[in-house]
Amino acid sequence: MTNEKRNQGAFFPRDRNWQPPALTPPYKTSVLRSPQKALLSLDNTLSEMTGPVFGHNIIGDLDNDLILNFAKDGELPIGERIVVHGRVIDERGLPVKGALLEFWQANAGGRYRHKKETYLAPLDPNFGGCGRTISDEDGYYYFRTIKPGPYPWPNGVNDWRPAHIHFSIFGDGFAQRLITQMYFEGDPLIWKCPIVQAIPSEEAVKQLIAPLDMGNTIPMDSLAYKFDIVLRGRRSTMFDNRREGN
Amino acid sequence: MTQPLNYFKETPSQTAGPYVHIGCTPNFSGVSGVFHEDLGISMTNDQTEGHRITVRGMVFDGKGAPLKDALVEIWQADAKGFYNSPSEMRGQADPNFTGWGRCAGHMESGEFVFETVKPGIVPFKDGRPMAPHITFWIVSRGINVGLHTRMYFPDEETANATDPVLTRIEHKSRVPTLIARKEGDDYRFDIHLQGDNETVFFDI
Ligand SMILES: [Fe+3]
Repeated sequence: MTNEKRNQGAFFPRDRNWQPPALTPPYKTSVLRSPQKALLSLDNTLSEMTGPVFGHNIIGDLDNDLILNFAKDGELPIGERIVVHGRVIDERGLPVKGALLEFWQANAGGRYRHKKETYLAPLDPNFGGCGRTISDEDGYYYFRTIKPGPYPWPNGVNDWRPAHIHFSIFGDGFAQRLITQMYFEGDPLIWKCPIVQAIPSEEAVKQLIAPLDMGNTIPMDSLAYKFDIVLRGRRSTMFDNRREGN
Repeated sequence: MTQPLNYFKETPSQTAGPYVHIGCTPNFSGVSGVFHEDLGISMTNDQTEGHRITVRGMVFDGKGAPLKDALVEIWQADAKGFYNSPSEMRGQADPNFTGWGRCAGHMESGEFVFETVKPGIVPFKDGRPMAPHITFWIVSRGINVGLHTRMYFPDEETANATDPVLTRIEHKSRVPTLIARKEGDDYRFDIHLQGDNETVFFDI
């Protein structure tokens, strides 16, 4: 593999001006859950540069099909049918192959299937709301689902989450570990949301908004949205100084 | 003008929210029948080498209340100090040990529990040994970017005293926030997001 040497370096430092800060008071829960002391900066050691790998054997046939993976035989969940697809790459633009992606979301009415969920919108008996997949050699992934609805949440008296899908991504080093949310092009709620506003710049927020992708729709069946994900890149190891025996 | 460097920006993180368990531990959260079993619930099998340990703890907010909606992941070397990872170039890790665990805090108490083995020694970048440690990653509602920290062992005083990471901590009074307590046969590692005992979190 030509990139093998390059793939062994430490990860680029996280750009903390691009990422949301820990304390974002308009998102009230962050007030008591944000560390107040400075983080200890540490160049990666093996403990952060390595990470677990997930084989395709853990993935079931319907794991990337949220339309069918909870539905009763012969029934379907209610809502807009969509395909979500894209690539997982790193900051150098290299594909991250074999990345594990896990997703979860509310149903078309904005209701989660969870014991602690209290929103009055109904559960859909045919929709579970979770799925997963593994990126291929080019970092490409896809799944299909029902477009989630927006929902109100107890923060301000009238705060609403824009429609979104939660993503958890495993690259090939534990330092790359990332959880984020995908939003949908054209949703006016995006720019009113305190969780979105935790992100400091408009440019960074746009990185989370998936465009409608007519080139990948399935005619008479499903619309498509494209969502590319960028994980931290690795430093080059050329001319790296290493002590003997390491 | 110069040529562009063509780097991309890392996708911004967003909170895992209150329902992270639907996606990461669906069987635990009550969405059953989609995945056969939740990932990361067992790190060992009956042939795993090394000394078996139980690690438990809670994540506390700035008012001292335990988080009941957190998700904790750990990553560690095997008993000989090898990572079960494709980027482990030093040798072959124990195939019967995954090194990775994931646990949702108990819905009533908030406690997380990992059944694992005590990790071996892993070298720092310059070859010095790091004391045995477990890497932690914590996400939940109210945490905008997942938090990285490390747990060290109370019965490794000598190794801890020269650990290249622990010795980097400027305020020595904060070092104990990274050292588990022995509690019977178990290790307890409580994580404090704020306050006098705020855990040292890493920007790695
Ligand atoms: Fe949500």
